[in-house]
Amino acid sequence: MDNILEIRNLGVRFKTDTGITNALNDINFDVPRGKVTAIVGESGSGKSVTANCIMRLLQPPGEIVSGSIQFNPSRAEPFDVVAIKDRDPRIYDLHGGLISMVFQEPMTALSPVHRVGNQVAEAILCHRDVSKDAAMAEAHDMLSRVGIPDIDTRINMYPFEFSGGMRQRVVIAMALVCNPEVLICDEPTTALDVTIQAEILTLIKHLQEELSNSIIFITHDIGIVAQIADYVVVMYQGRVLEIGTVRQVLKDPLHPYTKGLLAAIPGNVPKNVRLSTIATAVGDADITTPYPLKEVGDGRLVSLP
Amino acid sequence: MLHYVIKRMGTMVLTLAFISVIVFVVIQLPPGDIVTSTLERMEASGMQASDEYVQNLRARYNLDKPLYLQYLNWIFNFVQGDLGYSYIYSKPVNELVWERLGYTLLITISAVIFTWVVAVPFGIYSAVRQYSIGDYFVTVVALVGLATPNFLLALLVMFFAWEWFGISIGGLYSMEFRDQPFSIPKLFDLLSRLWIPGSVVGMGGTAVTMRILRANLLDELNKPYVVTARAKGVKPIKLIFKYPLRIAINPFISTLGLLLPTLISGEAIVSMVLNLPTTGRMLLQALLAQDMYLAGSFLMLLAILTVVGMLISDLILAWSDPRIRYE
Repeated sequence: MDNILEIRNLGVRFKTDTGITNALNDINFDVPRGKVTAIVGESGSGKSVTANCIMRLLQPPGEIVSGSIQFNPSRAEPFDVVAIKDRDPRIYDLHGGLISMVFQEPMTALSPVHRVGNQVAEAILCHRDVSKDAAMAEAHDMLSRVGIPDIDTRINMYPFEFSGGMRQRVVIAMALVCNPEVLICDEPTTALDVTIQAEILTLIKHLQEELSNSIIFITHDIGIVAQIADYVVVMYQGRVLEIGTVRQVLKDPLHPYTKGLLAAIPGNVPKNVRLSTIATAVGDADITTPYPLKEVGDGRLVSLP
Repeated sequence: MLHYVIKRMGTMVLTLAFISVIVFVVIQLPPGDIVTSTLERMEASGMQASDEYVQNLRARYNLDKPLYLQYLNWIFNFVQGDLGYSYIYSKPVNELVWERLGYTLLITISAVIFTWVVAVPFGIYSAVRQYSIGDYFVTVVALVGLATPNFLLALLVMFFAWEWFGISIGGLYSMEFRDQPFSIPKLFDLLSRLWIPGSVVGMGGTAVTMRILRANLLDELNKPYVVTARAKGVKPIKLIFKYPLRIAINPFISTLGLLLPTLISGEAIVSMVLNLPTTGRMLLQALLAQDMYLAGSFLMLLAILTVVGMLISDLILAWSDPRIRYE
């Protein structure tokens, strides 16, 4: 299979005054080229930390203690993201050039004191040797592709003059303007209301088909996974529990935690029956013992004895 | 924007009118006036003043008129540029204040430049390398600087300059230039000596500025917009200057106007130690001697500087931060 990212035995820990937290333990998964891979899990399961490792954005006190992230871009030589040094110029190629990120909070992800057009154009100027005017023209073009209306005026406006959904479109434009090979979306719709959520999801899906880049989509919303993803990675407490295609994992979950996660989605329950939580749905099944992932056929992997 | 400036100018005039009343009343508050203190001095030296002489004196200084007429007379002349007559120097106030105010501004500006040139790079360093050995070192130096009274620093600098280099650093000019008319070499002499009062007066402010900048920058450094900028490939140094520093510096811009009055009143003791011709000393003398026109002029000019300083810092802030401009 052709994978753009191959993550092997990735371990991350946070050293703080209160002790050491192992945020990621022996993470293994692949990101297939040109597909949407969803990482699902509850808060604190290590989804965002994994994304930050891929982007080399992990800040102290977090540190990568083991493993490798093999990156196989088609526009550059393959390399191990974990192994390169902090001052390696490849980090700046990576940031926004080969891999970009869309963040959770559109309200705070843009600089409040710079015009949106300049912020989008800056991404181009960081990676390509073009004039400022040419960069602005490309920013204009990208902003129209993400559906910003009335761009000629809006390109010179400040983020605080935009609504949340519009700001997220700007963030997406900024992330895609250099046509990255991988787009990491870290809960891009969590802070938006439901109708805007649907619009942004459609936009991301649409642009992915157009640009055919690979997407890592981080979410805790199974509904979104069903809508957008090709593959699913289920994470819990810094471990990967289950990997498979969307169909496999959602129709036929193997791990008790995944079953619990799916059972916690509101559906048609009889009257006077309470919705189950993950805890009640998992029951007393063992989900904390870190069994290594094993093949169970059809390319599926699951952490079970 | 123009509308905003006009509105601000209007409130400025009102504020200054109000301040002028307060200044005038406060100067009149202590019992007695220039005539009684003159008489006391005459009696102390054994002279006897006739009633007629006292009456003449009062008439000459307009002290026989009702208070509101004295005020109107003063303020009417003030806005026309006539600041009145100083009793203790026996000279028009105009001849006394402008030179001193100029020197004070010069020292204040050099102190502000010193403060920013030192505080900004070290503040940034301290925030970016938080809890490093360099950060601790800078912090300790800043706290020592903060805890040292300016006049003590002035004394130390004078002492060591004399001990080690055998030079006297008191005054704004070297000995050979002190009594000469103004010329280009004299200007260079002034500039070469200005850094001493500038750094001494600016020392306390430097420490505070550095600590506040460090705290502000630490707040901004991990904001999502900084991470976004990093994630799109902006390189480290440019990243810090273009994004978090732009916002961390705002509180300083808004207090820039307030620096003027604090530095003018704060440098009085330093000026005495370093023998500098600034306003602080003269203001103190004028207040002690109840020299009402001299004291009143100083206080009014300080008020004007403050209000204008605030307007300037508000305008710079509006220019640098669109969120304020668009309100």
